Amino acid sequence: MSSNTLASGGPVPSVGRDRRPGRKLPAKQLLGLAGIVGFLATWELIPRLGLIDERFLPPASEVILALGRDFGLTAFWLSVGETMVAWFLGLIIAVALAVLLGFIIGSSDFLRRATNSTVEFLRPIPSVALIPLAVLLFGVKIESSLMLITYAAFWQVLIQVLYGVADVDMVANNTAKTYGLGRMARIRYVVFPTALPYLMTGVRLAATVALVLAITAELVIGSPGLGREIALAQSGGAISGMYALVLATGLIGVLINALMRLIEKKTLSWHSSVRSEVIV
Amino acid sequence: MQPDPTPEAMLSVRGLKKVYQTDGGDIEAVRNLTFDLRAGELVCLVGPSGSGKTTLLKCISGLMAPTEGEVLLDGKRVSGPPKKMAVVFQEYGRSLFPWMRVRDNVELPLKNQGVPKAERDKLVDEALEAVGLAHVPRSYPWQLSGGMQQRVAIARAIAYQPEVLLMDEPFAAVDAQTRADLEDLIRTIWKKFGVTVLFVTHDIDESVYLGERVIILSSSPTVVQEDIVIDLPVDRDQLETRSLPRFTELRHHVYEQIQLAKKGHRPAAAGSPADSTAGSAAG
Repeated sequence: MSSNTLASGGPVPSVGRDRRPGRKLPAKQLLGLAGIVGFLATWELIPRLGLIDERFLPPASEVILALGRDFGLTAFWLSVGETMVAWFLGLIIAVALAVLLGFIIGSSDFLRRATNSTVEFLRPIPSVALIPLAVLLFGVKIESSLMLITYAAFWQVLIQVLYGVADVDMVANNTAKTYGLGRMARIRYVVFPTALPYLMTGVRLAATVALVLAITAELVIGSPGLGREIALAQSGGAISGMYALVLATGLIGVLINALMRLIEKKTLSWHSSVRSEVIV
Repeated sequence: MQPDPTPEAMLSVRGLKKVYQTDGGDIEAVRNLTFDLRAGELVCLVGPSGSGKTTLLKCISGLMAPTEGEVLLDGKRVSGPPKKMAVVFQEYGRSLFPWMRVRDNVELPLKNQGVPKAERDKLVDEALEAVGLAHVPRSYPWQLSGGMQQRVAIARAIAYQPEVLLMDEPFAAVDAQTRADLEDLIRTIWKKFGVTVLFVTHDIDESVYLGERVIILSSSPTVVQEDIVIDLPVDRDQLETRSLPRFTELRHHVYEQIQLAKKGHRPAAAGSPADSTAGSAAG
C-alpha cells in the first residue's frame, strides 16, 4: 500500500545517499593530526627563531632524532622495561587489594559507614609525600616505587568499586534472590557485573596515575627506570636526550590509555556506554 | 485463630499483616489478608493503587517477613524465597541482566541450582519455544523490544519449573497490543504447564479476562474486599470473550468494587475470608 503511494509520489529525496563513499571517516582524525603537526611546527620554530635558547629547548626535529636513536639502544628498552614492570606490578597489587576490600566494605552498610571517614582522610594524601617513608623502608629499590604506585592507584580503584557495589539494582537483586541465588552467587552474577564498568573506569584512571608515580619515584628516589634516565640525562647535559625520554613517557601514557579503552570496550560490550544502538 | 487452609491449597495466605516502621511512625500497609490458591488455579489480584499489592507480593515471595500471619506454600511456611516459586517483575529491563545473553539469563537460575547441562538445555529450549523466542537466544535483552524482554523474563520463570508463578503487574509497562498478546501467552502457558498463577494487576479488564478467580483488595490498610469466581469459558479470545455480556457484567462488578474500595468502603466482616461468588454479587 505504502509502496504505491511512494512510487507515484514524485522524486525520492536523496537524503540517505552517500555520494562520496571514500571521504567520510577521517575528518576527526585529520583535525587531530593537524593539531599534532601544528604543535611540532611551533616547537620547531621557537628555538630556531631564537625565542628560547636551543640549550634549554632543542627543536622538535632534534628531539625526535634523539628518540629514534634511543629506540635502537638496549639500555633504553631496559629502562622502559623497568618502568613498565614497576607500573604493572604496582597497578596489579593496587587493583587486587582495592577489589577485595571494595567488595567486602561495599557489601556491608556497617563497614561502609565505619570506613568512610578514614578513606576520605587517607585518599587525598599525595603519594609523593610518602617518598621519604618509602626510602626509609625500602631504600633505592623497586619496592619503594611499588609502594608509591600502589598507594596512589589503590584509592582510584577503591572509590570506584565502592560506588559500583552500591549501584546494584534492587529489582535485579530481588530477582536473583527469588531464583534462589545465595550471597556468593549474587556477588558473582549480579554485584560483580554491576560494579565492572566502575571498576574499569577506576583501573583506567589508576593506570595513568601509576605511570606518573612510577616515573616520579625513579626521578626522585633514583630507582632504575626511565625517570632515573631523565635525571641522568639532565645532569649530564644531554638536553635533547632528556626531552626524548620525556617524549617517550608521554607515548607510553598514550599507549596505556588506548589499551585500557580497548579492554573496557571488550569487557563492557553489553553496557550502555559502549553498546551500539538497539537493533530490533 | 485463622481458619485452616483448604487441604488442596497450593498457596495459602493466613492473616497476613505488614506494618512498616518509619521515623514518622508506623504505617500499616496490609491489615489482614487471608486467601487460598488451589493447585493449578489462575487467580488475579486487583486493588486500587497503593493497596499494598507490592507489599503482599514481597511477603509471599519471601523477600520480606510479614509482621503477623504467615504464607504457606504447599503446606510449608515461607521464610525466604522458596524453591518452588518464580516471580516475574514489572520492571523487565531491570529484572533481566543486561550483561547476559537471553539464553544465559534464562539458564542462570538452573545453573545455580546445579541442574545438569543436558537437562538445562532442554528446559531452556522448551521455555524459549513456549514464549515464541526460540530465534533470539544469542541476543542481549536490551536488543529486544519491551514485550520481548518480558517474554524472556517469563521464559526464565517457566524454565525454573515453579509450582507457583507470581506476576507483579508484569504488563503495566508494555503497549496495549503487546499486552493483549502477552495475556494470551499467560493463559496458554498456564494451561500447558499446569502451574498455579497469582497475577497482580491494577487493570480491571485484564484481571477479568485472565483470571479464573479475581481477588479484589480494599484500599490500605488492606483486607480482601471480595473474592469472585470468573465463570467465563476456559478458552478465551481477546475479541469474543471481551464482547460476552458476562464479561461486561463481571468487569462492571469488579469496577464498582474498586470504586467502593477507593472511597474507603470496607467489607462488612473485614478480615474474615470472603467466599461470596460473582453469582450472588453480580447477578
